[in-house]
Amino acid sequence: MVNSIRRFLSEAGLISAFAMRAIRVAFQSPFELREVVHQIYMVGWRSLPLVMTSGVAVGVVLSMHTRATMERFGAEALIPAALAVAMFGETAPLMTGLLVSGRAGAGIGAELGGMRVTEQIDALESLAVDSFHYLAVTRIIACMIALPVLTTVMNFSGLIGGFLAETAISNVSLRIYFHQAFAGIGFINYVLPTLKTVVFGFIIGTVSSYLGYTTTGGSEGIGRASTRSVVFSSMVLIVINVLLVRIIFLLFPGGAL
Amino acid sequence: MSLINAWSTPTSVHAIRFDRVTKSFDGRRVLDRVSFDVARGKACCIMGRSGSGKSVTLKLLLGLLKPDEGEIYVNDVQIEALDSARLVEVRKTIGFLFQYSALFDSLSVAENVAFPLRRHTSMSEAEIAGSVHERLAGVGLEDELDKMPLDLSGGMRKRVGLARALALKPSILLVDEPSSGLDPITTREIDKLLIDLKSSSNTTMVVVTHNVPSARRIGDQLVVLHEGHIIAQGTAKELDQSEDEVVRQFMSSEDERAVNAIPTRSVSAIAETSVIERSHQETEVEYGVHG
Repeated sequence: MVNSIRRFLSEAGLISAFAMRAIRVAFQSPFELREVVHQIYMVGWRSLPLVMTSGVAVGVVLSMHTRATMERFGAEALIPAALAVAMFGETAPLMTGLLVSGRAGAGIGAELGGMRVTEQIDALESLAVDSFHYLAVTRIIACMIALPVLTTVMNFSGLIGGFLAETAISNVSLRIYFHQAFAGIGFINYVLPTLKTVVFGFIIGTVSSYLGYTTTGGSEGIGRASTRSVVFSSMVLIVINVLLVRIIFLLFPGGAL
Repeated sequence: MSLINAWSTPTSVHAIRFDRVTKSFDGRRVLDRVSFDVARGKACCIMGRSGSGKSVTLKLLLGLLKPDEGEIYVNDVQIEALDSARLVEVRKTIGFLFQYSALFDSLSVAENVAFPLRRHTSMSEAEIAGSVHERLAGVGLEDELDKMPLDLSGGMRKRVGLARALALKPSILLVDEPSSGLDPITTREIDKLLIDLKSSSNTTMVVVTHNVPSARRIGDQLVVLHEGHIIAQGTAKELDQSEDEVVRQFMSSEDERAVNAIPTRSVSAIAETSVIERSHQETEVEYGVHG
């Protein structure tokens, strides 16, 4: 027990050192822009179907729950706004973070782990390329850029899901639905929670790059790196989220709706 | 940059010099005050049993690992004292052919060979395409440009790896186990490519191998590593005359199994795979200090 706590703490320390180094190296040339764009495509574009489908489904479910509650008070007109606040404020950022840590985190862990085990990372170094910058930093930056965009996509997918659920029952028009939905949305419950996901992206990119980059032990090691990338990054993400929400409410008390 | 001038006007006859180099992993000395030189344009074959520190020698030469003690010179530049920017400059003059080729499996054959050219030269795409074609023709693979590495056989991958290692026309080529995973005929083909390269371009080579027939073919100079020490070095002829029991067993063995059957003098030897594994961890730590 003591040993596993010690192992966990030392791993956390190494990941922090990895993160600090990533921040320092990110500002050194060459900036590897081509690779960053490629990784945004891999992490962002390729996660779109997953994020959109999940967004619509969650929107439908949340809308049904909201209706069940609001109907009792005869406040059906508030359903779109309530859904939007729930979606934009917490559901979409957290869901997107977890979905991407599952999809991209596992992918990055396995890809870099495979490159380490088959000496492709050494090959990069032998070709006079800074493998840390080329592989890890580019993926971290890509995750940080992709996540807020994907979160926004999930926000709107959720609203579309909500609209589909509502229009089936009450025949509300798309224009009115969106008008009512956006009535409750502003800086605090859209911009801040979305910016929060930049931190999620940093966590996912750093943790999974670290675990992949330092893989040892053949194909079994690759599997382990992939699994641990998902477990570690989702865990850290959920815990850090508590902190971030607290900070947002502390700085902007009006956010507590 | 003064560093580049140092290369264009080499002052010593040695392209590579190991001076009392010591390297340990987890308290086990993989190399213990190892010294040897490789003359410019010559091929040096480092032989030894699995776990005798052969591959570590190559990683030290490339600056992927740092020695605990001793000095390593590549083209008269002391490699372990360089900062990362200068290390990059030195690495451009060194080609590395990996044991299992280490091709980037997300890139095609042509893109693999083009990779160092795109990174380090200002060549146009047309010039790069020409250069890639030329390099691949040199290893007989000019028709496989668009294949992915995973669709190639082990021998073909090795040849692509060689073409990539030679893309920047390095003055030094490091080769890790050229024959591993290859049949004897393909091994001979790879050996022949290396021998032709040496005679045509005056490239200095360090080849790590435990395939003795292959070492006899390629090496101008053979170095036998055993339990961290060099127990013999010289031409194949000189080593054949050796009085040392281990060296003689070594030189008379025809395949790698026989080499690994040579008994250890102590019980400390462990499998090479775990040394490599540890050297990866070590690599990570040292990048951290360095970068």
